[in-house]
Amino acid sequence: MTALAAAAPVRFWQRSTLVRHLTLSVLGLIVLYFVTTSLDSFANLQFAQICYTAIATAGLTVLSGLSGQISLGHGAFVAVGAYTTALLLEHLDWPLVLVLLGSVVVGGALGSLVGVAAARLRGPYLAGATLALAVGLPSLADYHGLRDLLGGANGLIVTSDPPPLSLGETFPLERWQAWICGLCLVVTLFLLANLTRSRIGRDMRLVREDEQAAALSGVHVARTQIVTFGISAAFAGLAGGLFAIVNSLAAPGAFTLSLSLSLLTAAVLGGLGSLAGAVYGAVIVTLLPNWTADLAQQADLPRAIYANIPLVLYGLVLIVVIIAFPGGIQSGVRKLGALLQARFVRPLQTRQETRR
Amino acid sequence: MTVRRPVSVAVALAAVVALTATACASGDDAAESTPGITADTVTIGSTIPLTGTAAPGYSEQGPAAKAFFDYINANGGINGRKITLKYLDDAYNPAQTVTLTKQLVLQDKVFAIVGSLGTPTHTKVVDFLNSSRVPDLFVASGCTCWDQPQKNPYTFGWQPDYTVEGKILGDYVKKNLAGKKVAYFYQDDDFGRDGMKGLDKYIDQSLVVSRQPYQPGNTDVAAQVSAIAASKADVVVLEAIPAYTALFKLTSLKLGYSPTLVASSVGADPITVSGLLENFAKQAGSSVKGQDLIEGLVTSAYLPPLDDTSNSWTALFKKIHDQYIPNVPFDGNVYYAMAYAYTFTQALARAGQNPTRQGVVDALKKGGLTGPGLVPFRYGADSHAGYTGGQIATIKDGKQVASGTPLTTDDGDGPVTPYTQPQPPAPANGIPAA
Repeated sequence: MTALAAAAPVRFWQRSTLVRHLTLSVLGLIVLYFVTTSLDSFANLQFAQICYTAIATAGLTVLSGLSGQISLGHGAFVAVGAYTTALLLEHLDWPLVLVLLGSVVVGGALGSLVGVAAARLRGPYLAGATLALAVGLPSLADYHGLRDLLGGANGLIVTSDPPPLSLGETFPLERWQAWICGLCLVVTLFLLANLTRSRIGRDMRLVREDEQAAALSGVHVARTQIVTFGISAAFAGLAGGLFAIVNSLAAPGAFTLSLSLSLLTAAVLGGLGSLAGAVYGAVIVTLLPNWTADLAQQADLPRAIYANIPLVLYGLVLIVVIIAFPGGIQSGVRKLGALLQARFVRPLQTRQETRR
Repeated sequence: MTVRRPVSVAVALAAVVALTATACASGDDAAESTPGITADTVTIGSTIPLTGTAAPGYSEQGPAAKAFFDYINANGGINGRKITLKYLDDAYNPAQTVTLTKQLVLQDKVFAIVGSLGTPTHTKVVDFLNSSRVPDLFVASGCTCWDQPQKNPYTFGWQPDYTVEGKILGDYVKKNLAGKKVAYFYQDDDFGRDGMKGLDKYIDQSLVVSRQPYQPGNTDVAAQVSAIAASKADVVVLEAIPAYTALFKLTSLKLGYSPTLVASSVGADPITVSGLLENFAKQAGSSVKGQDLIEGLVTSAYLPPLDDTSNSWTALFKKIHDQYIPNVPFDGNVYYAMAYAYTFTQALARAGQNPTRQGVVDALKKGGLTGPGLVPFRYGADSHAGYTGGQIATIKDGKQVASGTPLTTDDGDGPVTPYTQPQPPAPANGIPAA
């Protein structure tokens, strides 16, 4: 086969975004299957947690990285998604897909409402407003009129269906949940990847770079911002629905400010604006606290030190990552990829070309 | 030509993860023996807030229980097995409780969960533990919800539940403070509401002049305390955690209002509360003597007083405390944790030479366990409730001084009856006989 004939599919691959993303999604599903079947139950639980964290982070990274709006309150949308799923599962006998879609819709609707305010706020004002949302919204559960519905400080216990019997009686629940979360993550990444390469993705970047210039070139700035906020919150809502199923709960104590901040941390660590970065970031913020707590436990230190070691190690990892990869892990991966390409792929290509 | 590589890199990474995980996972299910039990060890787990708002006081429970097990291990263990307790910090966040409990069960393969703390946190793992058939012993919460033997056969409470305690305090108010106007200051959740349920069974409703809830986390209780002061109640019953006993007292002090205080045992440990009073006052720029402010506070105690070293249990726990955790104050939380640790060792000893999960549950259901409590446990075939009551105690000079006999009751309509059996002494070496 000549190099010219080989170049045609490569060109097609590069030009057709949809085909590329579809292929990668299928690959992702295959990897998902093999990873989940080889992991033990607890690792599958962590896998599911990584997936829903990555979903919320992916939405946030599109909002902050592409359209330039900051949200310190994404945990609030996760909370809304979790409560929506909890209530739908408790009161209506809907299939899981519809329940999760309900969380997406409610999260997206609330996000669009907040987006209307967000479109008028800039920088620190927007940060402050979303921060207030993260702090205030979970305490609604304890509001007198809503207590019977939302369970007050004790929250709601979520009971979802066990794995379908067709998978066998001993099919582990954790692997089933990892499948659901993994599938949702692949769908999320597929949708967001297409979105960011579409017209609205371009509008988002224009708005981020210069609002006035964007407006002059015909982009509806406020509308773009509201839509982005809505989309981002919709995925946070989906993450919340999955959170409720995996952790079998929706309770105000689970949606603290630190949840919102750790989503932002994941986005920044992975690389703001990058979907692959959202996945890396989610892996770190999910696994790191667990590993550090284990380390601290093994070291057998006095309690006052032991309790704080995970935080210290967490801080250290943040510092190291930020110093080593100022643009997030994804920028490091890109650099590494470019380096490898310069080393191995380019020489190969030149050799082929000279042979021709 | 630039082909973007990151995704394929991710795929490659994931494949590596998958391969290593297969390698690790395959060597696992070797023996069919009971999880957490080996020839010479028993591994158990617990979730406790070591950090965050619920940590003051409660964070001592992990080290205290561990100290008790260390003492048992140093003296030969139970049936030759040493007990290892792994306690993890859930920061009172239910999402963390779920993950950490699953970690303890699925990854660390503990034999049982013992002494996990908190109502909103632990309610979220009860289903998981029971469907996994893991003994879920001695939840550190007086919620009536732990006593459901049919639905949750593996879950057992330990302390008297809040309704039982409310009935005993209500009975005291009815008899000793007859005709006085009463107000309630309560935590706005199951704890406060279960407590009031018990109080209301005894206190005449026409005398209850005000009920003021507080939200844990919100430290400004001026509105509630003013309302209670305005109601001119002579007696205020506190269904509150230690921090809010202290906040109520300091706020009422500012208003010049000093009713008789009656408090649930949860918020009445003199050392914890007087320490908090001094801390809060210091933060506000003044200084108080905490001990003086809680003089006369009435509560219901179900464990012997901390300072009575003539009591064999107190002497035992004080000895272990001084040897293993001298840097932690010897307060009600330390006593509490050592006491439930003792109950676990007793249940384990009774489960026999080769303990199984079901064996420990059966040992508890058989009943007849003894321990540091002033009253008996209610454990039996149809009850998973812990201590059945307590003894009225008044704080004098920073210490709880008991009066009358211990009282027992249930969380239904049963009467409050005196319990006159003497407390069995602690075993000489501190190790329960089978």
